[in-house]
Amino acid sequence: MTDNIVEINNLSFSYNNRLLHKGINMRFPRGKVVAIMGGSGSGKTTLLRLIGGQLKPSAGEVRVGGKVVHEQDRAGIYQLRRKMGMLFQFGALFTDLSVFDNVAFPMREHTNLPESVIRDLVLLKLNAVGLRGARDLMPSELSGGMARRVALARAVALDPSIIMYDEPFAGLDPISMGVIVNLIRSLNDALGATSIVVTHDVHEAFLFVDYVYFVSAGVVVAEGTPEELRCSEMPFVHQFVHGEADGPVPFHYAAPDYRQDMLRGANV
Amino acid sequence: MDRTTLDLWVGIFVAAGVAALIGLAMKVGNLTSNPIGETYTVTAAFENIGGLKSRAPVKSAGVVVGRVDNIQFDNETFEALVTLKIDKHYNFPKDTFANIYTSGLLGEQYVGLDAGGDEVVLKNGDKITHTQDAVVLEKMISQFLYNKASEGGEKKETETAQ
Amino acid sequence: MFNHLVKSLRGIGHRVIDRIWRLGCAARFFLQTLVLSGESLRRFGLTIREIYFTGVLSLIIILVSALFVGMVLGLQGYNTLQKYGSSEAIGVLVALSLVRELGPVVTALLFAGRAGTAITAEIGLMRATEQLSAMEMMAVNPIARVVAPRFWAGVISMPLLAALFSMMGVFGGYLVAVPLLGIDEGAFWSQMQANVDFREDIVNGVIKSFVFGIACTIIALFEGYDAPPTAEGVSRATTRTVVNSSLAVLGLDFVLTSFMISV
Repeated sequence: MTDNIVEINNLSFSYNNRLLHKGINMRFPRGKVVAIMGGSGSGKTTLLRLIGGQLKPSAGEVRVGGKVVHEQDRAGIYQLRRKMGMLFQFGALFTDLSVFDNVAFPMREHTNLPESVIRDLVLLKLNAVGLRGARDLMPSELSGGMARRVALARAVALDPSIIMYDEPFAGLDPISMGVIVNLIRSLNDALGATSIVVTHDVHEAFLFVDYVYFVSAGVVVAEGTPEELRCSEMPFVHQFVHGEADGPVPFHYAAPDYRQDMLRGANV
Repeated sequence: MDRTTLDLWVGIFVAAGVAALIGLAMKVGNLTSNPIGETYTVTAAFENIGGLKSRAPVKSAGVVVGRVDNIQFDNETFEALVTLKIDKHYNFPKDTFANIYTSGLLGEQYVGLDAGGDEVVLKNGDKITHTQDAVVLEKMISQFLYNKASEGGEKKETETAQ
Repeated sequence: MFNHLVKSLRGIGHRVIDRIWRLGCAARFFLQTLVLSGESLRRFGLTIREIYFTGVLSLIIILVSALFVGMVLGLQGYNTLQKYGSSEAIGVLVALSLVRELGPVVTALLFAGRAGTAITAEIGLMRATEQLSAMEMMAVNPIARVVAPRFWAGVISMPLLAALFSMMGVFGGYLVAVPLLGIDEGAFWSQMQANVDFREDIVNGVIKSFVFGIACTIIALFEGYDAPPTAEGVSRATTRTVVNSSLAVLGLDFVLTSFMISV
């Protein structure tokens, strides 16, 4: 029990009367890198927000460090969040602050460290992502990959025990992608943290994660280590892993019968 | 932007804003022209105050010595009871005359104090007994017309006599 | 026919409920901002930074507009007053209209256009780019860290800007009246001082601009905070900031003026 730092038990969540998750169960063991995969719009990002307590589940629970997230009051949630770091899809760097101030932000908000110590810590974090030299740039001057790395440095600024990544590879060139892959793995192992990676990049993710959950239509359809899933015969996993256009996930958005649709047009 | 220049600009802005407020109070408003600190209050009853308003100046020999504090209607004497606040520095004899004057033909009305010759001076809460009402333009005109008419009448009489 | 009527009635009802609901949201947002103001006042550097963006950067437009408004008031007032032979009263006219009405109101309208839109767009974009979510995930309340400092900056800046506007406007009126139209300088200032009351005119003007500061800033903040996280949503929110701020300022001006005159 105790070695699962995050547990999702029988979680349901609906948004605008639409049931997005129907009874999801997941385990995130301490020290592991776990990926949540699924097609676009399958509510993967929403899961991260539920873990972070930004949304409330309609049924079931999320436990972080043994505590049920949605039962915490604001102060309790903030207490939990201090142990979390999150990398947003496009970095979400504060555009009015420099790279240095962005990374220093969580430290300045939550600690009373003297400015000289903050400086050392920020440079340490920036060095870890290879951007110590970019400390005086503004976010608008960074490339997409660099912004993602700065955001990563900011996410781990307070040495969190849980790091969440929301689509860390979206819109990156292969080199930047490789850099991020290495960083996620090395930061996780260096900090002794647990990483939760939400992504749909199967090939990148299979290279470095320890465990994978496949989410589709609100339920976990498959789970396992990358090796197990690669050999999986399940149609959905097969389609996803091999990137086939049609399969259990249909190519067409739900629509009336094609023939009838066209005939109806002719009758008008 | 550098932190120090930012602070400097905000400092300049706040200082300029406060200076503008003080400037408004001193140069535009009447905070300086109204240095009445310590005052004493006297009352005066008028049969007609015309267009006198509270906060109108009280002048003696053309110098502002106080302000009208309050105007009320006395329901027993059917007179207007005007409360005046007068600067402590100025003392007036007990038999001082209070008039209501108009500055210019259409200007604002004020209370004029004409000092009398009494030895005793007015104290806080005293009442000025000698008052003269405001000049009401309509009254003046009707009086003027009445005089003209009676003059004309006399003229006619003398003419017919001749 | 009947169905059509029901449909349009339902449309009206929906819109009214929606408006009232948003008003309630705005009120709650305002309260939250007040409750969570502690940090922005304790770490006053945050607020000073925002005073720079709302106050200092609005200075030029405020001062230039004030100069022209004052000069126009001088010219127009002279034209009218001259007919009654009391052109010396021009100082009174310029000063009273500026201190009582134009100073607070025009400043607030310009503020909504200059600083209000900037605030809405900035906060709307912070929401759209997930900066506010990121802040929440770092256990930092965005209302305390982002909204409250901007709110106090607006509330502090507005009366100062209005005072500067009035002062600059009086100066503009002076420029037209004394050197240009040849009105006696002494009469200009003394008439002004005799008729502008500190308590009733200047303090009331400051109270007005203070209230406008609260209204304009909170509207701009709320519209930004509440904007849908899309380019279109942010641009609409910016428009709404100008429209709602202007209406709020003019409406509040009427209410405040009627209170101040009746008292």
